[in-house]
Amino acid sequence: MPFTLPPLPYALDALKAKGMSKTTLEFHFGKHHTAYLNNLNGQIAGKELESLGSVEEVMLKSWNGGQPTPEFNNAAQVVNHTFFWESMSPSGGGKPSGKVAEAIDKDLGGYDKFVEAFKAAGATQFGSGWAWLSVNGQGKLEVSKTPNAENPWVHGATPILTMDVWEHAYYLDVQNRRPDFISNFVSNLIDWQRVEQRYLAATSK
Amino acid sequence: MLRSLATRRLAAPLLQARGMATQVKLPDLPYDYSALEPVINAEIMELHHKKHHQAYVNGVNKALEQYAEAEHQGDVGKMIGLQGAIKFNGGGHINHSMFWKMLCPPKEYEDPSGALEQAIEADFGALDGLVSKFNAAAGGVQGSGWGWLAYSPESKKLVITTTPNQDPLQPTAGLVPLLGIDYKNDRPAYLKEVWKVVNWAEAGRRFKEATGA
Repeated sequence: MPFTLPPLPYALDALKAKGMSKTTLEFHFGKHHTAYLNNLNGQIAGKELESLGSVEEVMLKSWNGGQPTPEFNNAAQVVNHTFFWESMSPSGGGKPSGKVAEAIDKDLGGYDKFVEAFKAAGATQFGSGWAWLSVNGQGKLEVSKTPNAENPWVHGATPILTMDVWEHAYYLDVQNRRPDFISNFVSNLIDWQRVEQRYLAATSK
Repeated sequence: MLRSLATRRLAAPLLQARGMATQVKLPDLPYDYSALEPVINAEIMELHHKKHHQAYVNGVNKALEQYAEAEHQGDVGKMIGLQGAIKFNGGGHINHSMFWKMLCPPKEYEDPSGALEQAIEADFGALDGLVSKFNAAAGGVQGSGWGWLAYSPESKKLVITTTPNQDPLQPTAGLVPLLGIDYKNDRPAYLKEVWKVVNWAEAGRRFKEATGA
């Protein structure tokens, strides 16, 4: 059975007031994310991978221990993007609170240090990639960056927040000025309530 | 004259010993920003040259300065740490400096000729064959990167290959689509249109140089 995309958690123009235009979401969700899904379905048609229960499973299988098969790029990008939409909110922005805020203080040295590290991760990922905040194997928060479609899931960590720094994520809005995109994301877009939920889920086992 | 040659040759090692680094400059375009319209618009050309290529120039100059300093201090760890930035930004500078010359205004477009034309026929059958193979390879690049038409001195053949991000390609005959967003998400459309502004004369010149013809 071919996979389908969950709908965007908000309207295409819902993030406009927070600095991410409707046009960007139209292209990013409607063209790029959709293309990864359609291409994946095309790749797995008639193959064993098609019988797996979720795109996440296809992603983990096609990672193939670090020698990814052709399906990986599309599967991972489907997962990464769904996670990205869910990392943002029309009422996003501001600072974290609750348990995740405590963990940011304890594991990362405080919110300001987190912001510095997260911005640097996004700014220094050459070419295409992602910046992440994850719970690692030791239950501690860590900031990381990955190239292209790679993500912390394939390395055994549990992401709780991501930011897309492929050019297609920001070019229509700020062209080459990736640092401006990153600043806006950190200040205005992060859905800290969702991040807190994910942190609790990741650390409750 | 001999004396000035001698002092000129000494100057470089002395400068390096003082930790002064190689620095590069943004080259001018061989044409106006609007020269490639309607295939590639002026806004994109200006962004690409003035912002992106300039950023690679600034990035590699900064990294090379820091590298020279680290080398001067004998800090091998730091030198190694800087290599990623040198490769990405330096590669970006090298690749784009070639790229601008590999495009020409659509009115000046000419099909390949001479030795390069013969090589294309020998290795791909016809220009169409080359274009399909190239577009298939370039279309398959994950994330960012370059498609290349290159000459292999080893096999003495034309080859089509790709490099990720800004990794530079050694072989000389370069034909390069850098995928910008002029066609937004539609990379295949870009790959179809860009052939109208390809500077085959430049590719032919590089082919001649590479083959010693």
